[in-house]
Amino acid sequence: MPTFVYMTRCDGCGQCVDICPSDIMHMDSVVRRAYNIEPNMCWECYSCVKACPHNAIDVRGYADFAPLGHSVRVQRDEEKGVIAWRIIFRNGEKDMTLLAPITTKPWGQAIPQLADESEPSQEMRDSQHLFNEPKYIRLDDGGLHTLESNGLKLKAGVYY
Amino acid sequence: MISSNPFAELPALITPGAMKAYVVLMVLLVIGGVILDIKHKRSAEYFFEKGRALKKLAKREVSSGEKMSLAVGTLANEVLASGEFENPDRRKSHLMMMYGFIFFVLTTASMIFSLPLAEGEKASFITGLLWHLSAASVCVGAYWFWFKIRADVRSEGHEWYDVHLSDLFVVSLFLMAAGALAWSIFQGSMLGGLAFFIFIAAATTLFSTVLWSKFAHMFFKPAAAFQKKVAKADGSLDKLPEVPELTDPVVKERFPDIPEYMGDKPEYMGLGIKREAPSHY
Repeated sequence: MPTFVYMTRCDGCGQCVDICPSDIMHMDSVVRRAYNIEPNMCWECYSCVKACPHNAIDVRGYADFAPLGHSVRVQRDEEKGVIAWRIIFRNGEKDMTLLAPITTKPWGQAIPQLADESEPSQEMRDSQHLFNEPKYIRLDDGGLHTLESNGLKLKAGVYY
Repeated sequence: MISSNPFAELPALITPGAMKAYVVLMVLLVIGGVILDIKHKRSAEYFFEKGRALKKLAKREVSSGEKMSLAVGTLANEVLASGEFENPDRRKSHLMMMYGFIFFVLTTASMIFSLPLAEGEKASFITGLLWHLSAASVCVGAYWFWFKIRADVRSEGHEWYDVHLSDLFVVSLFLMAAGALAWSIFQGSMLGGLAFFIFIAAATTLFSTVLWSKFAHMFFKPAAAFQKKVAKADGSLDKLPEVPELTDPVVKERFPDIPEYMGDKPEYMGLGIKREAPSHY
């Protein structure tokens, strides 16, 4: 199931709008709260759920790790460097917490300097090892209509 | 000028009785609008429903005394200091608008209800000064929010002049304060008359559109913040997981990834995603 927003928790800060890889979290033009504009295009990637500072976004987890009617909520603690998941089954009897490091290196120690990388070779393009700025795979050649229609350009050197 | 009562010049055009009636009408419109808003959004119903659902997950009963201290904490942190905002700039801007608005409304009512002034009686210096400063505070806070902080502009890449219905509250608030200031400065001139018209039109819009603006957030936001605190105190945590102390041996044993990747004494990992404002355009 796609993401949905608890209106009383959201304060319209824009973190989910910024991080959504599908660009489907937007601000409602009537109440200035975030909402999912295209639920059927949501990958349920949890990016916005983790980024929301008020835990205002929820999503039903995938059926392969929890059955229907359950609740899956996540708490990302950047300072401690861990991410915690809590799964509660529909009957309320199963209530478990999972914990894992967000990253294996402290923040700021493994920053990809993509902006300094040269153009990928044909060999890289043909392999699983392709990595680089979006401009090298011509993402900003006019393929993204949302950038074009808003007169925007992709920023280089962005990382999280 | 900055400490004068601009309403003292008005009785020549509008009677004090009409001004007082207008203030009372605006108060009634806000009360009615909030009740309508709660009914049509069903926010109160949802709020109590969520409270009941969380009670089922509670690990302990929160005493009345504890609830009272949580309510005081909510009032001190979330209500009086806008502590819920993660973005420090947004918090400052919100505080400027909030306190500016409260003092502006109180001093406006105080000035109007002190009319008509007796022969030779001077308007209160403090009230006049507070009225002008609070209007300026609203202007600065709203201006800052509008051009720099608004998510539509910063995260969605919209232009600042792209106005929606959701901007009704902040735009009418800003126009009301800016119109009031301009009216006070240019009183007696044509420009002053235009500023007064903007001031009254914006104030009427602000107080009469509670159903469509964000005015009701003043009432439901503190309630939601209080509910969040109660959920933390009773252990239900709003169905969120608790992040345990990573140095606890029991935690290390249960989650072997922690010592494997983070060592015996997990270090401070930094702010991560919170380092940057959401503006990747």
